[in-house]
Formats: sequence, structure tokens, C-alpha cells
Amino acid sequence: MAEVLVYVDHVDGAVRKPTLELLTLARRIGEPVAVHLGAGADTAAATLAEYGAVKVLAADAPEFADYLVVPKVDALQAACDAASADGSPAAVLLPSSAEGKEIAARLALRLGSGIITDAVDLEAGDEGPVATQSVFAAAFTTKSRVSKGTPVITVKPNSAAPEAAPAAGTVEQLPVSFGELATGTKVVSRKERESTGRPELTEAAIVVSGGRGVGGAENFNVVEALADSLGAAVGASRAAVDAGWYPHSSQVGQTGKTVSPQLYVAAGISGAIQHRAGMQTSKTIVAVNKDAEAPIFDLVDYGVVGDLFEVVPQLTEEVTARKG
Amino acid sequence: MSLRIVVCVKYVPDATGDRHFAEDLTTDRDAVDGLLSELDEYAVEQALQIAENADDAEVTVLTVGPEDASDALRKALSMGADKGVHVEDDDLHGTDAIGTSLVIAKAIEKTGYDLVICGMASTDGTMGVLPALLAERLGVPQVTLLSEVSVEDGKITGRRDGDSATEQLEAALPAVASVTDQSGEARYPSFKGIMAAKKKPVESLDLDDLDIEAEEVGLDGAWTKVEDATARPARTAGTVVKDEGEGGKQLAEFLAGQKFI
Ligand SMILES: Cc1cc2nc3c(=O)[nH]c(=O)nc-3n(C[C@H](O)[C@H](O)[C@H](O)COP(=O)(O)OP(=O)(O)OC[C@H]3O[C@@H](n4cnc5c(N)ncnc54)[C@H](O)[C@@H]3O)c2cc1C
Repeated sequence: MAEVLVYVDHVDGAVRKPTLELLTLARRIGEPVAVHLGAGADTAAATLAEYGAVKVLAADAPEFADYLVVPKVDALQAACDAASADGSPAAVLLPSSAEGKEIAARLALRLGSGIITDAVDLEAGDEGPVATQSVFAAAFTTKSRVSKGTPVITVKPNSAAPEAAPAAGTVEQLPVSFGELATGTKVVSRKERESTGRPELTEAAIVVSGGRGVGGAENFNVVEALADSLGAAVGASRAAVDAGWYPHSSQVGQTGKTVSPQLYVAAGISGAIQHRAGMQTSKTIVAVNKDAEAPIFDLVDYGVVGDLFEVVPQLTEEVTARKG
Repeated sequence: MSLRIVVCVKYVPDATGDRHFAEDLTTDRDAVDGLLSELDEYAVEQALQIAENADDAEVTVLTVGPEDASDALRKALSMGADKGVHVEDDDLHGTDAIGTSLVIAKAIEKTGYDLVICGMASTDGTMGVLPALLAERLGVPQVTLLSEVSVEDGKITGRRDGDSATEQLEAALPAVASVTDQSGEARYPSFKGIMAAKKKPVESLDLDDLDIEAEEVGLDGAWTKVEDATARPARTAGTVVKDEGEGGKQLAEFLAGQKFI
């Protein structure tokens, strides 16, 4: 079976959930081979093997952290060359993060391959993998495939449920030589985002978001309390972010994160097209808004027309009571 | 020496309109009014600010698109850019991201540049890969997704709020940059700006001018193929209740029924 290269998203060897989803999807089209760049390959290998990686190609070098994007492109290209020794890989899969998409783009160009970004599903097809995408703010669903070269595809988080399927996961060192462009953009300093202790927004099963209706940074604790009672991540509309009430890293929508949780709760959010673009594919949507005409109610499975400062705390209390 | 800045802008169907696919599964550009992609306004803004802070700079706005796309150039010129380049050719219809990056890269090289600035993504295709593709093609540093940017002494620096970290980046010019919607509100064109824009030069280029063969671009030259596009079924209408004092409890009841609690 042809190899499918999977780019591993990790923090020092702690593999992030979207990678497990990629491994699960990769098994539909071939044999997953994980590509692990940076420290921690041996730690990661156990997890990667559990989710089906037959092999883990590992490379570690300071360049991966010290320079933007290109060193990782060089490494993936080397991985493709290595895989090509046994016939060309069936596909290269990467997470649809900002960086994942940029790596994918440059890699595709170098391989002379087409690229598909932001897939929400992937299946084998007669002429190569077929990717499902959700476009025009999720108003349309498209099916596409790469018609030239090795398909390079980025996949959004929460596109598949990770399924364990133990495989060998043998770690092999991947020799990488960096090209001239690799050291073009220096990362002068890096500050990791502080963990909120809540689930990662794009990976969470439940997301509770607040908008302009929350009325101030000091009121966001109402949203956070509900989120914590449900074990959810907290999101925000751009209006709330622009007002400085919540960090941009929590923005849901076209220019923020796309989320596709089991449950999305919108509090004080009107439901503008750019916000919907980031949450419309959520399985279940509920909203609290005092305006019965708010467009968000066109999307909801359940909506409450009312003041969020009444409804949300009551809901939180009820959730806590039922869980307790 | 003058700092030559090229801003890449896209003319897109209005996102608040009812966007569709045409019969050949390309974006239907006739059904909905077009405009300069809002996310590219941020790129124009940052280019103008960088130019204002430089001793001597020239801002060129570049677009690839059908005849109407000149509207996007006019808007950027009325904001204050100095001149425009419009690449227009019937053979470009249906070109994918990789093909578009070829056309833009050639047009940028022909125009001459020290710094290319793009928006973070288009509001229609939303891939966000073009800046990276341009950097790869032009063989210059990629300094992308900046929410703060400055240019000094032949160097570009900026802050990238990435997926899991905030990074401070630095590269020597020439380079390709992209800026996010966090980089600062774009200015509105002034009346004077709008009048002045009418007289600003816009160069027209076609594929011949760029030495690109028709087979390298267009729907047939694309390296990806859209096989099917279907409208997402409208979400089945849900229940909406008015809070009469029990709204939170009713919502909890619904969530419990769905096994969320
Ligand atoms: C290029 C571009 C990109 C964009 N990207 C994004 C994006 O990524 N994400 C995003 O969210 N937006 C984005 N926007 C902005 C978007 O168009 C809207 O302006 C924004 O989503 C509005 O946020 P909101 O719903 O919180 O605010 P509003 O539209 O002002 O809605 C606030 C809502 O709160 C309700 N409300 C007020 N008080 C209460 C109360 N006490 N109880 C209950 N309800 C209350 C009101 O009835 C109203 O419906 C983008 C816009 C552009 C042009």
C-alpha cells in the first residue's frame, strides 16, 4: 500500500489531537507515515504508533524553531523524496493551521503538485483522494481532488474522530539539508500562549462564545462559568475581540478560528456571515440573544430570546446541579 | 533609492451577498456585486503607512482578475496608492491558487519590488496560501500573518500571532509579507483621494506580456479539480423560546435531552 505522509503537530513530543485525526483519515487512503520535526520524536512515536503510523520519520535541528516555515518545508520535501524510493506517496496531509497551510503551499509548489486546504473530510477515490470542503461561509459543500502530482491536503481540526489502530511506528532518522531560503525569516523571539486550562478552541467538543452583548471584559466571567460547567472552550465574536474584551486567539469566524464542535453556544452574538463562517458546521447550535430577529436564530437547534445575564447564569447553575 | 512596495489585492464577490458557483464550478462572479476584499484593505493601509515613514517610496497595487477588478484597484488608489497593475486575460478564467501565484509572481517581477504586501486571505477562496506561494516563487523571505509591521534599514520586522505562540519576526528585504485584520483599521478614501485616483496610471498586462502560456493557467491548467458543489441543506428550523424566567432551565432541559449534560 502506498505511504501517506502525515505532518505531526506537537509540543515537544506531546502530539496534538488534529494529528491523530489526520492519521485516522490517512488510513483510508494508504499507510500512514508520520513526519516529526523538532524534539520529542521518541515520546511522540508511542502515540503515533497507537493511531496507525507504520513509521515515524524524525528530524531535529535548531532551524525548525529559529526560522519561519521554510525549514519545515525542506524537511517534508526530504520525507517525500525518502518515501518516493518505494513509489510516490499517495498524499501528504497537514493540519489546517496557519502554519500548516503555509508549509503545504510551498511544499506543493516544489513537488509540482496541486493543493487543497481546509478539508473537512477525506475519502479514497479512483483518481486519488477526494476532499470535502465547506465554502462560502459553509453555504456550500464541495468535493475536490488534486489532478497533478502528489496530493497535498490540509485538514481542519475535528474533521474525524481519532481511532486507534496500533502499528509499528518505527522511528527512523530523516536526513534534512536546509536550502538557502530556510534561514530567510528569523524568529527573533517567541512567547507561547499561556494555557487557559480550558480545552483548545479548535479541538473542543463544546464551545461557548460571547459577543458584543456581553458588554465588557469584566462580564466575560458569565460566559467562562458556563464554559467551565460544560468543560468547554471559550470563544468570542470579532466585536468582543475588537473591543478588547477577549484575546484574538479566541476569535471565532472568518478571520479567527473555525470551530466544528458537537455543541456551539452563542451568547450575545448576532450571527453575522463572517461569524457564521467559523461555526456553521457545528453539530448542535444554541443561542441566547435578546433580539428575536437576530440572524443567529436561523441556525439554532434551540434558542432563547432573552437577556444573557439572566439566562446564562441560570443555565450554568442548572448544568452544575445536574452534573453534581 | 526609492522603496518599491507592491500590494496584491483581490476583487471578490461581496460576502454578505448570496454567493454561488457557476456551471463550470468556478466562483460565480456575476451573481453578486464585487468589491476590494476587505482583508486586502489592511494590506493597502500598512503599505501606505510604511511608505509614509520612508524617505522615498512608491506603492503599486496589483490585481489579477476580470475587467471589473479595476474597481478594486481604484479603491486602493483612492486610499493613496500611487499606481496600479491589472493583469487581465480571458485564459485566466478558473485558475487555481498555484496558477494565480505564477501570474502574480511574474507581474511583480516585471513591476520591480522591494516589498510585497498581501492581505491574510481572500474573503472568497479563504485559502491564505498565496503569500507563501509568492515567497517560494520569488525566492525571498516570507514574513506573514503580521498584526504589527515595520520597515527600517532594508529590514522588515513584525509580530505574528501564530497558532500557539506570538512570534517576533525579522527578514531582510526584498521580502513578501502579509498582514492580518489586527494590523490596524484601514483608512477611508477622502474625496480628494477619490478624485486623484481617477488620474493615477493603471498598467494593463496580459499573459503574453508575462510570457505565460495559456495552458499553464485557467481551468484546464489547474492542478486541482472541483468535482461537485452542493448547497448545504438549510439547517432544520429549531425551537426558539422567549425567556419568561425559565429560559436557562429550558435550555438545560434541551441540552440534557441531547446528552450534553
Ligand atoms: C473581513 C471581515 C472579517 C470578519 N471576521 C469576523 C470573524 O472572524 N469573527 C466574527 O465574529 N466577526 C467577524 N467580522 C465581523 C462581523 O461582520 C460582525 O461585525 C461581528 O461578528 C459582530 O459581532 P457580535 O455578533 O458580537 O456583535 P453584534 O452584531 O453587535 O451583535 C450583538 C448581539 O448581542 C445581542 N445582545 C446585546 N445585549 C444582550 C444581552 N444583554 N443579552 C442577550 N443578547 C444581547 C444583540 O441583540 C445583538 O444581536 C468580520 C467582518 C469583516 C468585514
